[in-house]
Amino acid sequence: MLPIVLLSIFGIVLLFLGFLKSKAILLPATLLFLLVTLAVNFLDWNKTYLYFNDMLRTNNLSMVFTAIILGSAFMVVALSNSFIEDEAAQPAEYYGIMLFSLVGAVMMVSFENLVMLFVGVEVLSVAMYVLTGSDKRNLRSNEAALKYFLMGSFTTGIMLFGMALLFGATGSFTIAGIGAYAANPQMGLSLLLYVGLLMLLIGLLFKVSAAPFHFWTPDVYDGAPTIFTAFMSTVVKTAGFAALFRLLSVSFGGVYTFWWTILAIITAITLVAGNITAVYQNSFKRMMAYSSISHAGYLLIGLAALGTQTKQAIVFYSLAYSVATISAFGVLLLVAQQRSTQTLSSEGASTESFDAFNGLARQNPLLGFAMAVSMLSLAGIPLTAGFWGKFYMFSTAVERGQIWLLVVAVLMSAVGIYYYFRVIIAMYFRDGAIEPIRVAPFYRYVLLAATILTLGLGIAPGLLQGLF
Amino acid sequence: MLTLALILFPVIAATLLLVTSGDTTKRLAFGAALAELALAVYVFNTFIPNAESQFGFDYPWIGSLGIRFSSGIDGVSVLLVLLTGLVVPFIILSTFERNYERPGAFYALMLYMQAALMGVFTARDGFLFYLFFEAALIPIYFLAAMWGGENRVPVTFKFFVYTIFGSLFMLLALVYLYYQTPATVTAAHSSAIADFYKLKLTPEAQGWVFWAFFIAFAIKMPIFPFHTWQPDTYVESPTPATMLLAGIMLKMGVYGLIRFILPIVPLGVETWGQLAIILSVIGIIYGSIIAIRQRDMKRLIAYSSFSHVGLMAAGVFSQTETGMQGALVQMLAHGINVVGMFFVADIIFSRTNTRQLDQLGGITRTTPKLTVYFMIMLLGSVALPLTNGFIGEFLLLHGVFTYNNYLGLAAGFTIIFGAVYMLRMFQKSMFGPSSSRTESFADLTSSESWVFVPLVVMVFWMGVYPQTFLKVTEPAVANLMKYVGTTAVSLK
Repeated sequence: MLPIVLLSIFGIVLLFLGFLKSKAILLPATLLFLLVTLAVNFLDWNKTYLYFNDMLRTNNLSMVFTAIILGSAFMVVALSNSFIEDEAAQPAEYYGIMLFSLVGAVMMVSFENLVMLFVGVEVLSVAMYVLTGSDKRNLRSNEAALKYFLMGSFTTGIMLFGMALLFGATGSFTIAGIGAYAANPQMGLSLLLYVGLLMLLIGLLFKVSAAPFHFWTPDVYDGAPTIFTAFMSTVVKTAGFAALFRLLSVSFGGVYTFWWTILAIITAITLVAGNITAVYQNSFKRMMAYSSISHAGYLLIGLAALGTQTKQAIVFYSLAYSVATISAFGVLLLVAQQRSTQTLSSEGASTESFDAFNGLARQNPLLGFAMAVSMLSLAGIPLTAGFWGKFYMFSTAVERGQIWLLVVAVLMSAVGIYYYFRVIIAMYFRDGAIEPIRVAPFYRYVLLAATILTLGLGIAPGLLQGLF
Repeated sequence: MLTLALILFPVIAATLLLVTSGDTTKRLAFGAALAELALAVYVFNTFIPNAESQFGFDYPWIGSLGIRFSSGIDGVSVLLVLLTGLVVPFIILSTFERNYERPGAFYALMLYMQAALMGVFTARDGFLFYLFFEAALIPIYFLAAMWGGENRVPVTFKFFVYTIFGSLFMLLALVYLYYQTPATVTAAHSSAIADFYKLKLTPEAQGWVFWAFFIAFAIKMPIFPFHTWQPDTYVESPTPATMLLAGIMLKMGVYGLIRFILPIVPLGVETWGQLAIILSVIGIIYGSIIAIRQRDMKRLIAYSSFSHVGLMAAGVFSQTETGMQGALVQMLAHGINVVGMFFVADIIFSRTNTRQLDQLGGITRTTPKLTVYFMIMLLGSVALPLTNGFIGEFLLLHGVFTYNNYLGLAAGFTIIFGAVYMLRMFQKSMFGPSSSRTESFADLTSSESWVFVPLVVMVFWMGVYPQTFLKVTEPAVANLMKYVGTTAVSLK
């Protein structure tokens, strides 16, 4: 609960800091705030608390998810120093909104009541709509924000409808209450429960961009300023999956047989749609958008095979995915800024194409290496964190005997190698621009930290154990 | 502890090499590889020939899951450890006349590769094996794609995707096996290979576990029809990388067959083994026939290697003791011969700038040393008695004959075809009138000669007194065969 309070206060403080003449204080202040929140988060370690009339429950799992979210936010913010140079940017507002959005994310990982889940989702989403459109001079950014907002509001409606139906069926908004009702199927469960569950699922699956509710993702990810894309693809996804896990494991474990097939089919569609379409992208950023869809698919495997391993699998996967994604976007930011490859195509869409990375490894071994490690991790190659993430996910499904789903996942992982390696090929085996790219020292440390974390978790995945 | 040293030493050496440059790098890399060889030879010498795993190292890796960093050497792995130790220093020595761009990275990648291979051959834990199996791929991919020929990027990419694709199925099988193991004292399941051996899987499960493993290993070796990545990759890779690929890496596949498929899914082998053996035999003949038609030396050797590895797979699937023994010995022999052959091709290419047989000829006139060494390596490859190839092929064919006469007969063509394409290559390149390219062909330099000396020693040693090597593998193979027998019987 403390993180929520602190983040809200810090967000407001940041808005006031925006009145200062110099923007230089904003970035360190935000980083400091995030660190403080991260430290405070662990004060309640090994304790379980209920807050606000049983609306929120914090336990070790929710704290770990909060830590992943705050850590991702910290890294994204650390990579956002270009705001200082951009005259039109309003970093105080951006950072403030990011902190506010984190409030929503923390609610989503620790809700005990569906109303709190709804509030969390909306707090996070509204902030994202604004950040997506924050590049006001860019038409694509505006369009993306509008698209995101319209579709997001629509699914909010569906989700709310679902909650109402669940309340109708069970007479309770608390996930424990719903769980108690759903755990007694012999009494004959109300149809409202099933319909409500499906509608609620649709809402959350939209937020984590699972197919067939993923159509907004490429446009929004592509249109949003890169730094917010990084934020969106990590924070929103982690919070969304934490919420899904909490919801399904606490409330709907009793009706597992009803929803697992549906979720498994959605998983398969997501994997296929994300991976196959990613192959055809010429823009790195759009590829990353489809890659984020495909990773939603891998994460869904763990939910469709809900079992003893799922918790661990989702935590590990979220962490591995977030670190690798942030690192990739971090490199993209530098490359896109300094190699001016944002050429406009005939439709007016910018293409941050793979060619921008040509020869990068030769001029900037560090950037090349960071990018390569992050791509290897996303592709799930051993000795990176991504491999163990996939390993845990696959384990959950094997435990449940869902072999057909795994075969789809395996085939799609092989497809994934194709597009992740395009970047590596461009960086290492093609000749490109001569001039090296400047990397600020702090930026370098963040990328280095992400790379070391990815490799460290790849070599010793046991490090995370015992945390939750 | 020794196995850990075998794995870690190249890693440390390679990481140090990254910061060196110029000729120092070569020498340091060679020194490091020699030290590793000394370690491997020490292991081979002190190895007590029985089925027990020796020189072990065991450490909990992901404790609560029961996954351990567990490595050791038994009779099946010992020859491959020796091969990995033996071949790498001479591959490095073979590059002394050449200068590769960014040598620090080049030699470091080779040593990383060696470390991963050592890991593969000594892993006693299923997931550890998988990890090294995949990790070996990354250095070789960068070696091939950064220093390779013109067409290297798409070719090596195909190789990479192809082999990863296969390995992912192996991962599925491993995870499945893992969940079948009973709980241990400390964890819910175990991923030790020894525990996999104890499993009693249903025939249906054995069937698909067999295929999951088989696809992975068949692509790696490669077995027909999973071989399409191989010739191009061999040709496009820089020769040291090709030597690593053909000399050691493809043995990972054969080793996998012996280590995983036969003991774990004997019923799967019973059901599908015939198909596997037929595919292998098709590969033998198909590879040889294509090899006969090749004009490019490197491509010819690539196809010959494809053909030879088919025989090894057939021998393993024959499920006979001789077949398995043959496969193990032939892995060592083939590793030595193919490295020698690729080195010859590389020497010829570096002096004439061509590998096309019709542009060569008459090299013997100026090169007594090369001719002799080339001929010896070649005789080893065509399995002349008293050379290393003979022992392996004899045992393998014996195994296949025991399994089925007709298949044995078909596989036997490998000897005839092998002689045809190898001697044709020798004749076209070394004899006949010299061409403009080969007129002033210089004989071997001393560093080049030094590459051949140990290889030639091994060719004769294994050919004349194979007992040195057979006796170390024998107990382990007998032990494995016992596994194959008992598991199959107990389920019937």
